[in-house]
Amino acid sequence: MSSTPNVRRLSRRRRVLALCAGSVGLVSAGLASALLTSGTAQAQAELLNVSYDPTRELYKEINAAFIEEWKAKTGETVTVRAAHGGSGSQARTVIDGIPADVVTLGIPSDIDAISRLSKKIPADWRTKLPNEGLPYTSTVVFLVRKGNPKGVKDWGDLVKPDVKVITPNPKTSAGGRWNFLAAWGYAYEKEGKSADKANAFVGQLYKQVPVLDTGARGSTVTFAQRGLGDVLPTWENEAYLVFDEFGRDKFDVVVPPTSIYAEPPVALVDANVDKKGTRKQAEAYLQFLYSDKAQAIFAKHHYRPIKREAAKPEHLAQLPELKLFKIEDLQGNWDDIQKKNFDNGGLFDQLSKPPQ
Amino acid sequence: MSSALATRPPARAGSVVTEGLAVRALLIGIAVVFLALFLVLPLVTVFIQAFAKGWSAYLAAFTEADARSAIRLTLLTAAIAVPFNLVFGIMASWAIAKFEFRGKNLLVTLIDLPFSVSPVVSGLIYVLVFGAQGLLGPWLLEHDIQIIFAVPGIVLATIFVTFPFVARQLIPLMQEQGTAEEEAALTLGASGWHAFLTVTLPNIRWGLLYSVLLCNARAMGEFGAVSVVSGHIRGLTNTLPLHVEILYNEYNFVASFAVASLLAGLALVTLLVKSLLEWRFSAEIAAGARGH
Repeated sequence: MSSTPNVRRLSRRRRVLALCAGSVGLVSAGLASALLTSGTAQAQAELLNVSYDPTRELYKEINAAFIEEWKAKTGETVTVRAAHGGSGSQARTVIDGIPADVVTLGIPSDIDAISRLSKKIPADWRTKLPNEGLPYTSTVVFLVRKGNPKGVKDWGDLVKPDVKVITPNPKTSAGGRWNFLAAWGYAYEKEGKSADKANAFVGQLYKQVPVLDTGARGSTVTFAQRGLGDVLPTWENEAYLVFDEFGRDKFDVVVPPTSIYAEPPVALVDANVDKKGTRKQAEAYLQFLYSDKAQAIFAKHHYRPIKREAAKPEHLAQLPELKLFKIEDLQGNWDDIQKKNFDNGGLFDQLSKPPQ
Repeated sequence: MSSALATRPPARAGSVVTEGLAVRALLIGIAVVFLALFLVLPLVTVFIQAFAKGWSAYLAAFTEADARSAIRLTLLTAAIAVPFNLVFGIMASWAIAKFEFRGKNLLVTLIDLPFSVSPVVSGLIYVLVFGAQGLLGPWLLEHDIQIIFAVPGIVLATIFVTFPFVARQLIPLMQEQGTAEEEAALTLGASGWHAFLTVTLPNIRWGLLYSVLLCNARAMGEFGAVSVVSGHIRGLTNTLPLHVEILYNEYNFVASFAVASLLAGLALVTLLVKSLLEWRFSAEIAAGARGH
């Protein structure tokens, strides 16, 4: 190396200098464009809807409809962005500071958690919108393999010895919590209102769960795409989505005689909209969810609209009649429900502990 | 050591392979089957799935707005993280390989840290520091600075995860080359900066290029840490790997594998360029390694 001529060294040096200059240039270009993108983001009203897992297809359509209506009404072009994930983990990102304008989550206790831990949503959020912040409701039904080979008809069949159940983790997923509470409520009514027997039933059920995904969509993929398990208790809308998406020749939807009245609420994130100056648009967005147009879209995607008259009859016909019970009637208010069942050391933790 | 060598029968020293043909064939066979099953097959599957519905469906995956934004964000992240790690990686390995100082081992350990820490933790540390409930959260909130769930957080997490790539590659190379050439340059009157530019840097350039390639591949492909700090806002904070997951979860398998094939293609190009470099400049690399 030491015998290399000087000329060669010089050209090398030039190359090296160019390399250094190039990298510095890249860094500054990167930083500049990062600043630019954040700059343009503020010029136009932009809403962020942080939602739960199975509403991806729903809010794609709702957002497009809202953007169109807002443009027609005010002339302003608004962008609506969406983020989806397990309801519990989505609540966590809002607590940790994601700039959500509205949250549309799977279960009331997740909005309660945001309110309690971050104060970004007032504690009385239920009173701010019609129907306690529920523009639609839902329930839990079963998705089974074609022909229902294991003969699953009701919640009691889920604990038959050879049945494998796929359900998401109730710690992170709202759907997982509704499944848990639905099974508990079924056993509670069936066993003469004995909480102990209901606990034992749910404990047995979770022994037959081979995979606990973090969100409802993860469980759907596990069941439908990876082919694990015999039955997928899931959101009604999710069950029908799979039914339509993967073909009706592969799965059947089983509607149990009774199930839970599932309440996926929406709320404004007050602290964020005031900071971003998007209160007007965000409030209009939430009001839009109660409009006839949005109600019809809910029904189309197999959610249960609160204004049934706004939905098309053929969409309403797809929502089967079944007996729905409210978990509040059996277990009290949401603070208690969350604490007793899902907080650390709660019923789910006790049941999923390995036998000593 | 030397006595053990001396007691060996001299006849065996010549033949490297003592196993029979059948054993050799079996071992090679197992290796080939293993590679095919765990490396080639999944890779091929990605491309088969991506083209399952033809070229137009494949290309449609990249014209969609969210996909484009994911590509832009991934390129931007790499464009910031790679030069950053290039500069600091060279600085760190220069300091470690050419100088003696107290706490050197600690520095080496710190550089290695991102390799041993789970990517989820790498992401969570930034949430714990910059999150609204985190250490600096209230201050950032007051000054209206968004770090996590935004581009800066993604860049930070990527820099953290890819930090060891350049330094880890350069430290052994520089150590092997020793300090003799730099000392000669300094004795002949070169300044420290001059010696670094004309002696050290040319000696390490191929190792440097190689490490930058690897660093870039990982920066574009990182999933875990970025997933924690991203917030998954479509069109805003989704990188390519996160976009692959979202598409997959939306039953959009063709688009999902199409985007995955882009990442796989990147990895293949990286390997190809690396092999080309090694083939084209093998003589020079060997000379660089021998040093003097």
